[in-house]
Amino acid sequence: MRPSPVRIVEIIEETSTVKTIRFDSARLDPLPGQYMMVWIRGVDEIPMSFSGPSEMTVAAVGEATRALFRLRPGDGLGLRGPYGNGFSLIGDRILLIGGGVGAAPLAFLGDVARHKGIEVTSLMGFRCSEDIIFKRRFERLGELILTTDDGSSGIPGRVSLGLERLDPDRFSQIYICGPELMMWDVIERWKDHAGKMQASVNRHFKCGIGICGSCCMDPTGIRVCQEGPVIPAVQLLEGEFGRYRRGPSGSRGPPRG
Amino acid sequence: MATLRGDVGGLELENPVMLAAGILGTTGASLRRAALAGAGAVVTKSIGIEPRDGHPGPGIVHLGVGLLNAMGLPNPSYREFQEEIDIGRTGGSPVVASIFGSSPEEFVEVAGGLDADAFELNLSCPHAQGYGAEIGCHPGDVEEITRAVVREKSVPVWVKLTPNVADIVALGLSAERGGATAVVAINTIKAMAIDVESGYPILGNRVGGLSGPAIKPVAVRCVYDLHSALSIPVIGVGGISCWQDAVEMIMAGASGVQVGSALSGGLDILKSISNGISRYLDRKGMALADLSGLAGRQR
Repeated sequence: MRPSPVRIVEIIEETSTVKTIRFDSARLDPLPGQYMMVWIRGVDEIPMSFSGPSEMTVAAVGEATRALFRLRPGDGLGLRGPYGNGFSLIGDRILLIGGGVGAAPLAFLGDVARHKGIEVTSLMGFRCSEDIIFKRRFERLGELILTTDDGSSGIPGRVSLGLERLDPDRFSQIYICGPELMMWDVIERWKDHAGKMQASVNRHFKCGIGICGSCCMDPTGIRVCQEGPVIPAVQLLEGEFGRYRRGPSGSRGPPRG
Repeated sequence: MATLRGDVGGLELENPVMLAAGILGTTGASLRRAALAGAGAVVTKSIGIEPRDGHPGPGIVHLGVGLLNAMGLPNPSYREFQEEIDIGRTGGSPVVASIFGSSPEEFVEVAGGLDADAFELNLSCPHAQGYGAEIGCHPGDVEEITRAVVREKSVPVWVKLTPNVADIVALGLSAERGGATAVVAINTIKAMAIDVESGYPILGNRVGGLSGPAIKPVAVRCVYDLHSALSIPVIGVGGISCWQDAVEMIMAGASGVQVGSALSGGLDILKSISNGISRYLDRKGMALADLSGLAGRQR
């Protein structure tokens, strides 16, 4: 499909480095965990997950996201999608585990789950209190445990420290989204429960339609842009996840975060 | 079921339906996956001298009639690619390394640095400055580069041709004179799409190449013309998305086919095409060799 034109209707500054961009298209109808290819005309096209039915939450990390940051309400974008497999809601008591801007698709998932009467618990980690996003949104969903790397809010330290406050047996399904090493840490520590964990995986997407091969992961060659980005954690235990990732050229490098 | 086993461009293949270059060919795991899904051979993403990130996005846009792309030859360079070929080979089908360069010397360096079951020279990519079709539209360069790689390697060397010329047969004859084992036709057709909301060309590279169903009749004609004029085999590629398309391409003169854009519907298409050819042969009581070039004999 060609990129559909949308117009930005609202921009919310979540923190000094994170913005939520709302656009006017109600026709996309994404599932939480799905993503869209966002075309910033004249700059680049990048994958972004949905933080709501017609919004994305963006951290300025590269040229394209910085260009997104410069846009104003009324400006246009081209969107392809929604693409990929989203989170699938299973059971009636779920746990959301997020890190940084990875909290965004989980907040969307939490909204949908809560609306269906599912009990939602959230464990969210950030670098510092200034980086915290969606605090009130997660609190409205249910219990929220916060961690910060610098100890300025919540439990001091990494997200995984928050796991000690939680009993994995309590939850019917666990959803993870954040920096890869954070997700790897969580999956490793709760390996016995990997069967009920779903993780949103980030790889270098170019085509979004499962043919160019830039997002394929070892050892199975799974096409993350189409068969992911949400992948059952049991499929991530043996392979490249948490160990390396390929960049835009296909060269291997360290995983992010 | 009728056997599809046979020689395609100097390789003994289980079946003549291959994974085309540029599709799921960046990692060994995805090449293996395509082989396990039924590809008779798999062709890698085009590999060059230095790592390239490719063009800014959008790199691909689906236009309904086909795919328009300008990826920009992203690749990790031949220095980082042997391991992927080796993993790809564990799928049980030959791995053909697609390679590109800006000169005979660069082609020889890349080919010399890789061990593969065959090489496919990308003399046809329509959207990378200084590479592909920019060289591949000159018959003299095609011949010289082909000859240089053939001298370097003892495995089959295929030359993938661009249709963006007045006379593709002249390029095919050049490849043949250079010692190519086979030619592969066609690469994408130069094309463009513009966003009507804004006036921006959609591709990050502004212009690109069209593949998919829209170009199949062009590919069939090119294969037919090449098969009529050349004595080396022709491998057909361009818009094949079902077994009937493959049969048509073989009737035009192809001894094997490659499938690319149709993979956007999933990898099952590979097996579905080869099974379809087999059933067709059974129904007709024919062998694969009877089909090849049949259109040229029917008059």
